[in-house]
Amino acid sequence: MQVTMTVNGEEVTRDIEGRLLLVHFLRDHLQLTGTHWGCDTSNCGTCVVWLDGEPVKSCTVLAAMAGGHEVRTVEGLEQNGELDPVQRGFIECHGLQCGFCTPGMMMTARALLDANPDPSDEEIREAISGQICRCTGYATIVRSIRWAAAEQAGTRTTAEEPGRTVASTSGSAS
Amino acid sequence: MQVPAPFEYRRVSTVDEAVALLYRLGDTARLVAGGHSLLPMMKLRLANFEYLIDINELHDELGYVRAEPGLIRIGAMTRHRELRESAELAAAFPVFGDAERVIADPLVRNRGTLGGSLCQADPSEDLSAVCTTLDASCVIHGMDGERVVSMEDFHRGPYETAVGDAEILTEVRFPVRPRGSSAYETVERRAGDWAVVSAGAAVWLDEAGLIADARVGLAAVGPHTAGIPGIAEALRGQRPAEELWARAGDIAAEACDPVTDRRGSAAYKRHLARELTMRVLRRSVARIDAHIGGHIDGQEV
Repeated sequence: MQVTMTVNGEEVTRDIEGRLLLVHFLRDHLQLTGTHWGCDTSNCGTCVVWLDGEPVKSCTVLAAMAGGHEVRTVEGLEQNGELDPVQRGFIECHGLQCGFCTPGMMMTARALLDANPDPSDEEIREAISGQICRCTGYATIVRSIRWAAAEQAGTRTTAEEPGRTVASTSGSAS
Repeated sequence: MQVPAPFEYRRVSTVDEAVALLYRLGDTARLVAGGHSLLPMMKLRLANFEYLIDINELHDELGYVRAEPGLIRIGAMTRHRELRESAELAAAFPVFGDAERVIADPLVRNRGTLGGSLCQADPSEDLSAVCTTLDASCVIHGMDGERVVSMEDFHRGPYETAVGDAEILTEVRFPVRPRGSSAYETVERRAGDWAVVSAGAAVWLDEAGLIADARVGLAAVGPHTAGIPGIAEALRGQRPAEELWARAGDIAAEACDPVTDRRGSAAYKRHLARELTMRVLRRSVARIDAHIGGHIDGQEV
């Protein structure tokens, strides 16, 4: 069957099998390998992309279902050659270690900040509760998203420049 | 790689179109809404169909929460996220908000639908327990028009419902009675996991403050996500009290039929059924008191 959808603002048409999952369509047919493919069972969330503006797990959406709709992937975060504040937050605050969960985390974070520009830590944790970081780096992921929120709001202060410092409770901050 | 077996993908944009196509294709076809229960089963080849009919375009027609005097109607394509965000639903049935907080995760809730959850009829599924608790009825559309069945009649057993091959669930209706409230509690091992045990309760008081009616629905403790009539019988006409909740908890523990699995032993699940039943009854009445007492200050009970 033929499917046409908009991916990161560009219309694409491909011949696919009805059973093809959106994650494989993006990776194998469009070579957009920024979207990662993990557990296959809608548990890990590394495959999160936007479907009509909402983050979804693309391993559990058929590519055919996205026909006529708009998809945004991690490749679409960057705008006019500028990284999204969420991407910069992940760089600044060490939001990734191995990087496997990062694309999904960032897509969820972008959607969260669009709906709620100043989320609490609890709200951030709830938003990413369907996603797994196999490095268990959740604290820095939360911090990265908070950095992005402050950056967007123009309220970022040097006190919120935590990225490379050790948490103050450790007592070993240099 | 987990992929479903090959099938023909079809898409419909009206209920009538869906019914006509189902009628033509018979039991070789299946409707898919959010797909977050069905697609995993198809990947595991536990479910195989020749045709998959995508009904997501029906969201315009069947995605709604409508409050009328004495009745709330929810369209079958209403997504979990929309259920959670509905102020009307939160006011009438707090049990929905309690349950939606723990169903899968926010990403799955962006796709999954009320109708899909009920039609999947998984015994561990939370919304089936919620609908049972609230004495909901289901509107089913077929070639000959619509019929309405109670949750008890809708739910035939694990993964089986009253919806026929050429039929589609279109709406779920909830009676709204005065001086009532509701609550839901679940124990799960981690975010997004299936419940170890879940319990929902709804309580209605009469003008004298006695229990006019009470319903409890459990999930994950037996093949049927069913209400427990014994609890309603034990509670009706009584004044709300701790020992009453304890009695209801005992009835719940006896009435359920859990199995030992990797989520816990049967004995532990019975313990949870008792404890959660007590908690949701207690909280339902506390919520009624908060409303009737006139100190509704937005504080969550």
